[in-house]
Amino acid sequence: MNAHDEDRLKQLLKQAVPPAEPEPERDLWPAMLRRLDAKSAAPALLLVPWFDWALLAGLVGLAALFPASIPVFLYYL
Amino acid sequence: MRNEASSVLSEFQQGDLNAFETLFRMHQRAVYGWILRIVRNPATAEDLTIETFWRIHRAHARFQPSHGFEGWARRIATHAALDWLRTARGESELPADIAAPPSADPAIGAEIRGKTAMAFQRLPPKLRIAAILSVVEEQPGKDVAEALGISVAAVKLRFFRALRLLRKDLQQQGITP
Repeated sequence: MNAHDEDRLKQLLKQAVPPAEPEPERDLWPAMLRRLDAKSAAPALLLVPWFDWALLAGLVGLAALFPASIPVFLYYL
Repeated sequence: MRNEASSVLSEFQQGDLNAFETLFRMHQRAVYGWILRIVRNPATAEDLTIETFWRIHRAHARFQPSHGFEGWARRIATHAALDWLRTARGESELPADIAAPPSADPAIGAEIRGKTAMAFQRLPPKLRIAAILSVVEEQPGKDVAEALGISVAAVKLRFFRALRLLRKDLQQQGITP
């Protein structure tokens, strides 16, 4: 792709996707407060990320399949 | 003034909600504008602004006041927008028949603009963000690099890959750019 092609594509892109014009938006703080309140009202268990649950399930599964690994886990705790 | 700003940043880092509100009110407009440039939909940009500040609030302990707030917030906002593009991909954001911008080149017809916009939507989100911020929004390479967490050279590389893919897609549709 030469410089001419590049300029032509840039021009085409600018015509197809005009620049956004951020207009003055409403104050979002009330919405932020609602989000903060909703999260603080949620049960603590729901705030644990899903991958922590997946990790826990994996460890439990591993311990069930290979009970001999339990002392190793306990050692590293 | 500088001490006051520095004190707000330190208080925010310690989890102070008033300091968070001060930072929110100072930066919400800039964060919203940055996200809008990427997702191009005001309602989505508002939702993602809230999501960005929620992530900022959760990560307050990891914030380093010496590095400044703006760049950090922009980086988190970019990741929130990227996550949204990966899931929703903004399929409905750009109609196929794009209205001509005020400075439209008469040689570029509505059909070509529409096909270009659709081809642009098909780009991988990472390339799409680099192209939209660098070419369409003409943001400084340093700011784009900082927001994406990559080097300026990597931004240029993504931008060239985006143009190459765009050209290939358009050629497959019978358009020779």
